[in-house]
Amino acid sequence: MSAEEKPKDYSESPINLEYFYTAGSATTRFLNQVKEGNIVGQGCPKCKAVYVPPRGSCPRCGVATDIEVPLTDKGCIESFTVVHIPIPGNPIVPPYVCAMIRLDGANISFLHLIQDVDIEKIRIGMRIQAVWKPKEEWTHSLENIKWFAPIDEPDVDVATLRFQES
Amino acid sequence: MSDSKDLLRAPFELAYNYKRSSGPVMSKFFEALGQQKILGTKSNAGKVFSPAAEFDPETNEPLKEMVEVGPGGVVESFSWIENPQHHHLIKEPFAFALIKLDGADTSMLHMVTDCKESDLSIGTRVQATWSETHEQRITDIKFFKLES
Repeated sequence: MSAEEKPKDYSESPINLEYFYTAGSATTRFLNQVKEGNIVGQGCPKCKAVYVPPRGSCPRCGVATDIEVPLTDKGCIESFTVVHIPIPGNPIVPPYVCAMIRLDGANISFLHLIQDVDIEKIRIGMRIQAVWKPKEEWTHSLENIKWFAPIDEPDVDVATLRFQES
Repeated sequence: MSDSKDLLRAPFELAYNYKRSSGPVMSKFFEALGQQKILGTKSNAGKVFSPAAEFDPETNEPLKEMVEVGPGGVVESFSWIENPQHHHLIKEPFAFALIKLDGADTSMLHMVTDCKESDLSIGTRVQATWSETHEQRITDIKFFKLES
């Protein structure tokens, strides 16, 4: 019996879905800026909340976020998790850290990687900055940022990040 | 606001490489496919299910007795695909067909090809053609063709 004729107690059931993703106007505006190395959030004209990445409307007020708000690539870790279980097809070798990144001036956070630091040292409130790929590799993707790495600035109390309507 | 023609658009592929646990009965069915044999399960009343079923849907009895069926059978129903799409496994015109294999009382969904649409009707005799590979999957049966 060759290796492939050994009895299997499982069957392969791959699922493949191929389709086109069309970015809406808000995401298109955002990604066109990301391609140039800029992170531009969108602000709500009513409650002034700043969304990054923007989805085009404010879920609190139900109005279009038509104010462009340039942000820096610095912020803090609002929350994080250490991933120990490998995901098939994912090139990143565990353990690694996924974190909710809250950029300075933004009112929501997004998911990205934390690297260049011992995992035990990562903590909520830690200051971090984006580590970009070389400019020639930039595309319409947040993957232009390889990961975020800690910077030497005092921690932030994340309780102060809670949105307060002005 | 952007004109719709300025919106970013990109192909996207979402893929999951699921492995499905086959269980004791279906494992035997798939193992046999790797040996170019088609099995069914037989109930106490003598009804043969192929593809194998783990339970009789009428009596709820667990089905454990395996019997060999096919490789010939009868087309019970079919749908002709004149223009196969990229995701179809057969690139020439073919039919998806329900095939009741010899010795079975239920039918199996598979493909019939190497024939014209007019060659097929309900009751047409077909037989299994085996793949070169032995992957213990339903695709170890490459397709069915008209019985020679």
